[in-house]
Amino acid sequence: MTAPCTLLDRLWTAHEIVRREDGASLLWVDRHLVHEGSHHAFGKLASRGARVAEPDLTFAVVDHYAPTRGRDRIADPQIKYMVETLRKNAHRHGLRLFDLKDPGQGIVHVVGPEQGLTLPGLLINCGDSHTSTHGAFGALAFGIGATEVAHVLATQTIWQKKPAAMRIRIEGRLGPGVSAKDIALNWIARLGADGAQGHAIEYAGSAVRDLSMEGRMTLCNLSIEGGGRFGLIAPDETTYAYLRGRPYAPQGSVWEAALANWAKLITDGTATFDQDIHLNAREIAPTVTWGTSPEQAIPVTATIPDPNTLANGKAQGARDALDYMRLAAGRPIEGTPVDQVFIGSCTNGRIEDLRHAAAVLAGRKAKVSGLVSPGSALVKAQAEEEGLDRIFVDAGLDWADAGCSMCVGMNGDLVPPGKRCASSTNRNFRGRQGPGALTHLMSPAMVAAAAITGTITDVRPLLEGRAT
Amino acid sequence: MSGWSQHQGHAVALPIHNVDTDQLIPSRFMSTPRSEGYGRFLLHDLRRDAHGETHSDFPLNRHDHASILVAGRNFGGGSSREAAVYALVDAGIRAVFAPGFGDIFAGNAINNGLLPARISEEEMNLLFQGLADTALAAEVCLEKRHLQIGDQRIGFDLDPGWRTKLINGWDDIDLTLTYRTEIDRHSQVLKQRAPWIRPAQITKNS
Ligand code: SF4
Repeated sequence: MTAPCTLLDRLWTAHEIVRREDGASLLWVDRHLVHEGSHHAFGKLASRGARVAEPDLTFAVVDHYAPTRGRDRIADPQIKYMVETLRKNAHRHGLRLFDLKDPGQGIVHVVGPEQGLTLPGLLINCGDSHTSTHGAFGALAFGIGATEVAHVLATQTIWQKKPAAMRIRIEGRLGPGVSAKDIALNWIARLGADGAQGHAIEYAGSAVRDLSMEGRMTLCNLSIEGGGRFGLIAPDETTYAYLRGRPYAPQGSVWEAALANWAKLITDGTATFDQDIHLNAREIAPTVTWGTSPEQAIPVTATIPDPNTLANGKAQGARDALDYMRLAAGRPIEGTPVDQVFIGSCTNGRIEDLRHAAAVLAGRKAKVSGLVSPGSALVKAQAEEEGLDRIFVDAGLDWADAGCSMCVGMNGDLVPPGKRCASSTNRNFRGRQGPGALTHLMSPAMVAAAAITGTITDVRPLLEGRAT
Repeated sequence: MSGWSQHQGHAVALPIHNVDTDQLIPSRFMSTPRSEGYGRFLLHDLRRDAHGETHSDFPLNRHDHASILVAGRNFGGGSSREAAVYALVDAGIRAVFAPGFGDIFAGNAINNGLLPARISEEEMNLLFQGLADTALAAEVCLEKRHLQIGDQRIGFDLDPGWRTKLINGWDDIDLTLTYRTEIDRHSQVLKQRAPWIRPAQITKNS
């Protein structure tokens, strides 16, 4: 008799090489993804005179600084320097690089799954907090800092203490116009931006099973916004169907062997969690943030909370946030005018996200300007094949190349100071989209609705009578 | 990195919750080579107005000699950028006391000799009161896990493995290479038993 195991237990055991007395485990890393921001780590490696231990397991992607327009000549010397430094490091160590003109280029958390580099049962590291995205495939995936990136480069291993286990179970059907983004903002608002600190989150329940891989990735991606470094979903037919035939995914008899292994990646029915949370999918409405932390989120139909009614300790933060966001307590969030919109990022820049937005925008005009940056060049090509680009352009939005773009603004795609942006991204932190930028997080469909009315708007009436 | 077990300096309060790593260092500064120093980027946009003038009432502007920071809940959440820790360390900060830290931030801190010390919310409030409009001389002891300010002594939580690492100033890569044999064995077994784990295409070294 073995004790009941969680999916986390199984993945941990499979990767543990040794465990130290203090409880830290040395784990084997199956895939390591690097980007321009990894320059500090390559610098550390060079200062030791070390080489990348496993170049075949290390993949480089240009995304954070990738220009979304005019790629042929990068005007900004800093951006050019960052891209060229990654090129040099990838070349020096013999790494596969998804460069600006590569048909597989895109945001690292979109590229990994799309190329079949992300698989169930793997341990995946990247020097980026949204690495939790890859957990949607039943992989142990977590973001690390530069010193840890250098460690993985040099040894193909990582020291890590096993996190506590949390399960978020979402049962029932999501209503029309409600998506994985809304589930995530909902639980983060409930548990707080540090609600899952120290925990790996396994998402379960019928609403999670019903999600596409795109939706599951959105859900796991946002784990970090609730403090969880890991998001996990047990693989199933949806996972396998997504991966079959991807360039780096196993093929032929190896694929069959993989499937047999992946079927074992489950949480036993009798396993217990340190925290077990239940949500009812039917109760989740399209959700938007009003403040400067993802936990400051409310249903679009609600009013902006009065800081004086919030729990002690949260009131001052809420006052500061309202002040920064130039919003008044007690007013409905719906109807708040926006200056611009953004659709993209590793949270909501996949093909399904673009389809959701296009379903709202088709045949309509945007009242404000906006940018659509697909999550990858492959997403871009697919969207163009489906004619989604025409819908965006006809509505008056810009259609650009793939990259992190306005999620973080490193490539120069910025929200100007004091301007309000309805955004499909993941962080409404002060200045995240540019100094003084005012960000409201929401789903791609909700961003599309905001584009049409020029205000924060419930998308549901706009979807009536439309196929989505 | 050199280890440390005791530190004497001045403590200052930053009574804000959810100070994320985008606040600690805005992303536009992150392409700077480390050798140029990151201290001037610390909390850049909170400390200055849109024209670059410093807010004279911001705690770290009033007490720029402080080396111990007492902060609110969920310090260092968000982005994995280690540059947030570089900004703190290069500005002379050796220890941060808060009720909770972003998981990635805390690991990054340890890797750079910065102490992320967990205290209770009550202790945080107590310290906020004591440091309301002043910075006070204080002493951190890693061995005994406490912070001494005047006659007040406050204990803190820290993972024992992390404490040892801070005290010894260990570099993980050196430590890991002592497990070379175990690592090689793990990798060999994987190749034999689970061929599906390797990428289907192997990168041709260019
Ligand atoms: S899209 Fe945004 S969150 Fe995602 S990897 Fe890029 S910068 Fe990070």
